[in-house]
Amino acid sequence: MTATAARADERIADVGVLRRLLVKPEFGALIGAVVIFVFFSIQSDVFRSPAGVANWLDGASTVGLMAVPVAMLMIGGHFDLSAGVQIGTAGLATGIMTTYWGLNVYASLVASLLLMLAIGFVNGYLVTRTGLPSFIITLGMFLGLQGINLGVTKQVTNTVQVSNLDLVPGYHLLKNILGSTVSVAGKPFQIAILWWVLFTALGSWALLKTRFGNWIFATGGDPNASKNVGVPTNRTTIALFMLTSAMAWFVGNTQIVRFGTIQAQVGIGQELIFIVAAVIGGCLLTGGYGSAIGASVGALIFGMTQQGIVYANWNSDWFKLFVGAMLLLAVLANQFVRRFAEQSRR
Amino acid sequence: MSDIEITEASEVSPGADDVPLLEIRDVTKMFGSVISLSDISTTVRAGQVTCVLGDNGAGKSTFIKILSGVYQPDRGDVLMDGEPVRFSSPREALDAGVATVFQDLAVVPLMAVWRNFFLGSEPTKGWGPFRRFDAETAKKITRAEMADMGIDIRDLDQPVGTLSGGERQSVAIARAVHFGARLLILDEPTSALGVKQAGTVLKYIVQARDKGLGVIFITHNPHHAYPVGDRFLLLKRGKSLGDFAKSEISLAELTRLMAGGAELEQLAHELEREGDKSETSALGRELLDDTKTLG
Repeated sequence: MTATAARADERIADVGVLRRLLVKPEFGALIGAVVIFVFFSIQSDVFRSPAGVANWLDGASTVGLMAVPVAMLMIGGHFDLSAGVQIGTAGLATGIMTTYWGLNVYASLVASLLLMLAIGFVNGYLVTRTGLPSFIITLGMFLGLQGINLGVTKQVTNTVQVSNLDLVPGYHLLKNILGSTVSVAGKPFQIAILWWVLFTALGSWALLKTRFGNWIFATGGDPNASKNVGVPTNRTTIALFMLTSAMAWFVGNTQIVRFGTIQAQVGIGQELIFIVAAVIGGCLLTGGYGSAIGASVGALIFGMTQQGIVYANWNSDWFKLFVGAMLLLAVLANQFVRRFAEQSRR
Repeated sequence: MSDIEITEASEVSPGADDVPLLEIRDVTKMFGSVISLSDISTTVRAGQVTCVLGDNGAGKSTFIKILSGVYQPDRGDVLMDGEPVRFSSPREALDAGVATVFQDLAVVPLMAVWRNFFLGSEPTKGWGPFRRFDAETAKKITRAEMADMGIDIRDLDQPVGTLSGGERQSVAIARAVHFGARLLILDEPTSALGVKQAGTVLKYIVQARDKGLGVIFITHNPHHAYPVGDRFLLLKRGKSLGDFAKSEISLAELTRLMAGGAELEQLAHELEREGDKSETSALGRELLDDTKTLG
């Protein structure tokens, strides 16, 4: 055996630093982010000014906050197409309970959190119970919630929005926590950016340093093998769906607190953006591989491109073309990485 | 490791009560009207290897799944240390010390060696919300256990998918040994491997045996089974063709029983006649040689 090991050693000796870095899921996205930053900085002075940075970081943070749990769910082997519309559900629920039903704002927050956790549980339970692709289950949830959001909002408010949260007692504290700005270099930066950084760090820590994180990678990598060694794969999956819903609760309430008002259509279409950010950040669509930091870098790329095009005075109609091209590039890079990781597998 | 040696010592204590580690009595399993296993009996002793041989469809998989808690037998008893047991889940079997290394090895290819080693049983440190996966301990133990099997893992962070087939097998075996397995069930560990790698895996089996574990080695290759086995259970179409101690059977007989004697001879002749295409005739000649040596 020692002889075999020695020979294998020789085979593997050519693994250089670059190749080692290449296998890190977020590496490609980091390079991409640097390239895009440099590119738009050359194109536009405003882009690299503090005001510009504050602007594209704000855009990135709204995507990034959700991209972290969506990436974790994707590493666990599943999608949540209802992740976007759930943002609306959470914000609308809090709004209706406070402004129309007169509930205490904190009680409403707890109630809407419970509602969101229940939605996440249903998603996870149906996926694990039926064994159907999460794509189908959450597509159903997406359409269902879209209908509920609009139907209930119209029923209660006779409009397509819930507003006046800023008149509810206790609003100002919430506004400070979720919707205020911090002055950096004389320019206001949204506090959501800090939350985004915090949740990215937390997500990354959970993925890499905890048992739960190990189970996420295992559940997505090979559910049968994981089950055989005693990983509670069903519980892990359900927990991931609930985590996604809990983050939708956070983002939805951040939005209604920040603006005092929320539209019934909010979040629709966003679910694909979160998935795009996760994939650009190095998550494999098949699960078992990826990173929370990568997803946030993916969101950063998204935010920079979205605002960069405006600052560079290009026609922003073309924005989605760039996103599409980046997505394809990222998927091709991922494909290469996976082949590399499984290269000598026999 | 030490606790295993202790149990072994107490079991091998001199005296008449030489209770086998595992005993299977007349176990039967049916799926609807299909009898998958019928009245199978054998024993496994600590520090010995029991080989279960059979062709495809002989019932080997059902046999393993009963012992590892995936299926429950319809009739018959499974006894550990003389006490009847009934595993209703793989977890229960594991807790009783029955570790199964399945053909897919239950490893996740994209995950690092040390993460796979402790998958499902991760050591933690810290408390409450700060409880985390103790990576240093995990890496240290993984390296030590692998070294114990005679493997020097180059890089614990490399994905298991990049290891060779034999090395992956060794990860799965070392893991089972580390987690206090008293009975190790290996499902066709050599079938997908080349000659040299298969030899290496046989060495791991011997090493596990020498540590005092009872080993059940499932295979369809008598040439792999005979050198390491102490006991041989032959299965064919769900029935037992016999349960032999090594002293009761020779390799030639084992091979003949496995292949179904006369059937094989006829097949050999057919292949021989079928033309001079080098590959076919070589196979035929080989089979004929085999049957001749079997007498």
